[in-house]
Amino acid sequence: MMPSTHDWINNPLGVVEGMFAASQNNPNSGWEAKVVEFFKGHLKEKDSHPWVPSLNDVPLHYLKPNSLVKFRCLIQDMFDPEFYLGVYEAVDPATKAKVLRCGKYKDVTECGVDFDSRNTSTAERQTFYCVPIPGESPWVKESYAGTGQARVVPSTSYAPTRQKRSYEEDDDDDDMDTQPQKQREPHTGPQSPTEQHGNGDCKRRETEAPSSQTASASHLDLNFPLPGEKGPSCLVKVYADWDGFKLNDTLEVFGILSVSPALSALADEKDASSSFLDPAQSMETAEEQRVHSPPASLVPRLHLLYAKPLPHNNPLLPSAALEDNSAFLSSTMSEMAAVRAELLTYFTHILLGDALAAEYLILHLISNVYTRRDVLPLGKFTLNLSGCPTVSSYTERFFQIIQQLVPSAYYLCMSLQNMNQMRFVPKKDYVANRLVSGALQLARNTSLFLDETQLEQGQLDTAGVRNVTALGNLISWQKVDYDFNYHQMEFPCNINVLIASEGRSLLPSDCQIHLQSQVAPPHMEEYLSSIHMQPQASQLNKFRMYVSVARLLDYSISDEVTKSVEDDFVDMRKDDPQSVTAEDLHRMLVVARLQSLSLGQTSLCRDSWLRAKHIEMLRRSRMEQHKCLNGNEP
Amino acid sequence: MSSPMSTPGGRKRGRNTNPPTPSSEGPTSPPSQRRRGQDSSNADLMPMPTSPANDVLSPSAPQDTSLFSSPRPSVLPNEVDMSSPLMYGTPSSRIEGTPRSGVRGTPARQRPDLGSVRKAPQVDLQSEPPSADGAVASEQNAGQRLVIWGTDVNVGTCKEKFQRFLQRFLDPTSTEDENAGLDLNEPLYMQKLEEISVVGDPVLNVNCLHVQSFDAELYRQLVCYPQEVIPTFDMAVNELFFERFPDSILEFQIQVRPYNALKTRNMRNLNPEDIDQLITISGMVIRTSQLIPEMQEAFFQCQVCAFSTRVEVDRGRIAEPAVCRHCNTTHSLALVHNRSVFSDKQMVKIQESPDDMPAGQTPHTTIVYAHNDLVDKVQPGDRINITGVYRAVPMRANPRQSNVKSVYKTHIDAIHFRKTDEKRLHGLDEDSEQKLFTEDRVQTLKELAAKPDVYERLASALAPSIYEHEDIKKGILLQLFGGSRKDFSQTGRGNFRADVNILLCGDPGTSKSQLLQYVFNLVPRGQYTSGKGSSAVGLTAYVMKDPETRQLVLQTGALVLSDNGICCIDEFDKMSDGTRSVLHEVMEQQTLSIAKAGIICQLNARTSVLAAANPIESQWNPKKTTIENIQLPHTLLSRFDLIFLMLDPQDEAYDRRLAHHLVSLYYQSEEQIEEEFLDMAMLRDYIAYARTYINPRLSEEASQALIEAYVDMRKVGSGRGMVSAYPRQLESLIRLAEAHAKVRFSEKVETIDVEEAKRLHREALKQSATDPRTGFVDISILTTGMSATARKRKEEIAQALKKLIQTKGKTPAMKYQQLLDELRRQSETAITKELFDEGLRALADEDYLTVTGKTVRLLA
Repeated sequence: MMPSTHDWINNPLGVVEGMFAASQNNPNSGWEAKVVEFFKGHLKEKDSHPWVPSLNDVPLHYLKPNSLVKFRCLIQDMFDPEFYLGVYEAVDPATKAKVLRCGKYKDVTECGVDFDSRNTSTAERQTFYCVPIPGESPWVKESYAGTGQARVVPSTSYAPTRQKRSYEEDDDDDDMDTQPQKQREPHTGPQSPTEQHGNGDCKRRETEAPSSQTASASHLDLNFPLPGEKGPSCLVKVYADWDGFKLNDTLEVFGILSVSPALSALADEKDASSSFLDPAQSMETAEEQRVHSPPASLVPRLHLLYAKPLPHNNPLLPSAALEDNSAFLSSTMSEMAAVRAELLTYFTHILLGDALAAEYLILHLISNVYTRRDVLPLGKFTLNLSGCPTVSSYTERFFQIIQQLVPSAYYLCMSLQNMNQMRFVPKKDYVANRLVSGALQLARNTSLFLDETQLEQGQLDTAGVRNVTALGNLISWQKVDYDFNYHQMEFPCNINVLIASEGRSLLPSDCQIHLQSQVAPPHMEEYLSSIHMQPQASQLNKFRMYVSVARLLDYSISDEVTKSVEDDFVDMRKDDPQSVTAEDLHRMLVVARLQSLSLGQTSLCRDSWLRAKHIEMLRRSRMEQHKCLNGNEP
Repeated sequence: MSSPMSTPGGRKRGRNTNPPTPSSEGPTSPPSQRRRGQDSSNADLMPMPTSPANDVLSPSAPQDTSLFSSPRPSVLPNEVDMSSPLMYGTPSSRIEGTPRSGVRGTPARQRPDLGSVRKAPQVDLQSEPPSADGAVASEQNAGQRLVIWGTDVNVGTCKEKFQRFLQRFLDPTSTEDENAGLDLNEPLYMQKLEEISVVGDPVLNVNCLHVQSFDAELYRQLVCYPQEVIPTFDMAVNELFFERFPDSILEFQIQVRPYNALKTRNMRNLNPEDIDQLITISGMVIRTSQLIPEMQEAFFQCQVCAFSTRVEVDRGRIAEPAVCRHCNTTHSLALVHNRSVFSDKQMVKIQESPDDMPAGQTPHTTIVYAHNDLVDKVQPGDRINITGVYRAVPMRANPRQSNVKSVYKTHIDAIHFRKTDEKRLHGLDEDSEQKLFTEDRVQTLKELAAKPDVYERLASALAPSIYEHEDIKKGILLQLFGGSRKDFSQTGRGNFRADVNILLCGDPGTSKSQLLQYVFNLVPRGQYTSGKGSSAVGLTAYVMKDPETRQLVLQTGALVLSDNGICCIDEFDKMSDGTRSVLHEVMEQQTLSIAKAGIICQLNARTSVLAAANPIESQWNPKKTTIENIQLPHTLLSRFDLIFLMLDPQDEAYDRRLAHHLVSLYYQSEEQIEEEFLDMAMLRDYIAYARTYINPRLSEEASQALIEAYVDMRKVGSGRGMVSAYPRQLESLIRLAEAHAKVRFSEKVETIDVEEAKRLHREALKQSATDPRTGFVDISILTTGMSATARKRKEEIAQALKKLIQTKGKTPAMKYQQLLDELRRQSETAITKELFDEGLRALADEDYLTVTGKTVRLLA
């Protein structure tokens, strides 16, 4: 069990209330800042992290309500800011005395609120809809779950929930709907006449769409970007500096869990008298209410105390920024060249003995958009691996291997059906007032694996064309234009796109390499089935660290190297002005950068440049060769 | 003062249908309550009005204490009368209203947009506001100033101030189109009142900025306490109106609709302090609800004695009378629906306009309630400025539950809508951007404009990541500024195009798309489409069935959406012919005519087109003309003012500079870059400012220079027997010169502008209209699709062919290949198959022969 010093985890609201009470005599105490400082300080302490249970690993019903939890997530949508009772006056049921209460970090007020009290103060907070990081690799999940020490023992933590249940059941006769678990028929039957008085108009509106209500109430769409994802989504309430967050940011949020059943919208909707009181509320569509106040048992609320941005999502790396951890950095960097060699061997094996393709694959995996010059993203390296064998699900197996190495990855089968039917681009649904997610709403540095070998003949419909355009935009500009119906909004992204295809891909790419199989076709099946072997766990971990670290390194070019690169370019142009263009120089500079980083070098040296030039040359000659062999290539 | 009759204390007298004390149940607006409480206890913060009006007011102002007493079920008999001005929820009750029949006779209309005004009693400043003692205290200190409870508003003073404002306010510099036709040297609002008396539309829109410039204190009160001040304004304006126009008949009393309160411009900045204040925000309508009838007054009838009574709805609640006053039966009153009074209400959802948003965030939305005649004023998709009162209402999970959700629902009660894009539909197009510049910003912009190298600076700031192509960047820069708009529609010649169209063509991979992307990101109203993916419909407009209303609606495409902006079209060459043909009209007439699905209309599409095209052979063939390279119809090409070739220059010095540029792109830090170039925001502001405020006209010398330039251009060609310039080229020159003057922030087009326009035009021409065979610049390549030499050559071939056929005598048909071979043998110059075909076609046009498959038949 947890040590008693961890009360701030079990009962964080106690800490908040204590500080609030202490501040009452001193209006300028700045208790709010102190609260944040307190939790930040405690969380910064070594080995405090694992004690905080994580929503990602622990099932919701095992977690204690109003305790401190953490959640690794992506901001999928931002709702409108809401005003809440920051401080309010309530009547204490025991003493009948009026007391000031603090409404921060809570969803529900305690009994007997005096709305007209002069001590009431209104404050503002923002709600983010957060989902688990889309496409998070299984090894990442396992690794995080393994480090968490807050394995909540079901028997003990279940007790409080039990208690709550019984309390609810007592309550049930005067409030029919506090229990969100119980699905009820929408209350569309005739109302008692008194209820109909006064707001017949509201009633009518409410009952307008009963059919859709029943249909989707049974299974709530949690709006995950990728199909088939699991895990809780969460409404995170942010109390300060919400302008600092951006859509699609990946965060680890620490906050107070709130699962009060009073929160579910379903309770509100069907209670006629509540809408009677509140004409404003009934104006919202049922759709919108369901999205914005889903049952807390499905979508818990999290009152944010501290949010830690995740520059990477690799549990094997220290969570602190790399610069602050020079010991770790220097030790890994010295090893990088060696790990690279091992990884190269491994990839060569997987890529049917093609060492050049393996080299490019490494470069691709460590690529990262590190900056943008006006509209131009720099550092992206989309790889088109053409000539993939179409036998025995090679591409799928290939993806699984990549998935084992990167923190998040997604396999997108470019079958005609998928292209025509899947939603790639997020779209704003104005009825429900939310951003309906799409497969391209991904966290930074997600590996997107496009399997073009699955594309068959047929016709793309409008949606399909739009999807292909979206993929093209993503690759060329590293941005996705979200559809806001009346206009589009551009969201920059940073996604590593790898296209596996037979011939040249129909999508643009930064670099195309044709796979040259060293395996004779008759032995292909045999070879492919033998690929499946896994490297050792320790080796796998080394690879994982390698890929993540190489992405995070800084990089520079010295003036001398700049000069020699320029000279080289001029010479190359002299030799063959037709085939060496600015585009090629762009690519070579990226290759050189990645080449250096893959060896753990943070500045470009002459050797790396030459090596980059060399492999580019090899690749180009292979492409020409291929062109000759295969006349129909453009 | 002009309103001796107003004793507002009596405003509460007749209305005793108060609900129970609001402190117990009613979901009110707590934040404002709190604030007001504080305000009124801090009497020293409040400026004391000093006008003598209060002497008239105070003696007869008994305090209303009903708010804090239990409801009195008494209703005066006269209140039942619907036409009574008492229905009006403002202090202008009829008891002490003007003696004039005008006000009396005109029914007042409730203002649900302001909510329950009548709740606020007046209090004496010195007394403790929310106590019953207040009444007593104020009676004793009869000389005290009276203000509406919770505010510092004195009704009399406020009214008088507003009347003075109406009578005296002048705005000689007004540019608003609403004031068109009014004499700017007469009091503005008095003219508007006169208009009301003629037109009979009893709504007076008041610009808050006018109020502010006239009386800042009044403006502050208006913004802080709209709920109290606006009814006072109503009262004042009605008195004034019926004094002036006693005989006019209005449907109901005049309502004042303030707009343009500068409190908040952006939805994102709304915070709890704005609750219950007058705010103006801009946004886009995304949803409107159906009409909702909202009960304003409930009609109850006793089922025992048929005695009837009316109860006003207070904050969404009706206090059902428990006892019949007439027969004293309890719980005998029943609501009669069709005698109750309802008002219209509509929910409108607005969303932040995309321009106001920080990057990487999603737009916020706000609910707006529109009342009465504001219902259905706006449609989804409209961009509007809305003025209204910001409200917050607590949510209650369940009335019988003690726990409540600790959040408020917020909405805005709309008082005034103003469509910001309305003007775009009409012809006028002044400051539709409504971009406001601070003094400092204007200063910096002007300083920048004064620099001698501003043109070069701006050009290099444009897409700094793209190397060189200085002239192309300059061309695009001029396109961004555009020429001056000239309207000759009075004389029947219509509008002249002021927008510059540019076509970039050249080798793939010469960052054409990047340039387009940059421009698209730079301009506020830009559209980016690719020729490959767009259809004619996507560019123009299409009719679709709205899924919600099931009505046919016209959805506008890229060209219409980029009205007043730039439409970037990539892969122009891959566009289908049908799609391209749409552009003909847009690029010269700047309109789009639509006739489909029963909708026939003409939309404005005053857009500049920036297109990029790849050569048909994927690599530019320098031996061919532009037309041959990109295979675009010359009718379309001639509509481009500038056609640039983006080619790889292929020389060493260039390569070196290019290499340096690219490498530095990859290693320079963000700061270094910023030192070198102007940032995008600056550039954007500069362009917006110039487009809005600078409207250069041709000076005398400039006109002369233009004429000379044109004559020169025509002379060049006439020497060789061809025309090298057309009026279209002259128009282009004028546009470019004007744009260049705009870059300099100059109101006059001078000779230097013309020089630059000439230079740029020549550069573009040199690149795109050079005849590859002769090396001469030949405009006819662009205007007719064929260079003059090529045309001459075609003639010759046709003649030679004719001769050849005639020598053969009477053979009605001959083999195609054979004819070609014979002609080749005969001619001393090489004859390609294409050339031969052209010759055949020319002869076919003369009806001399006809070609069917592989045989050539002679006719006649």
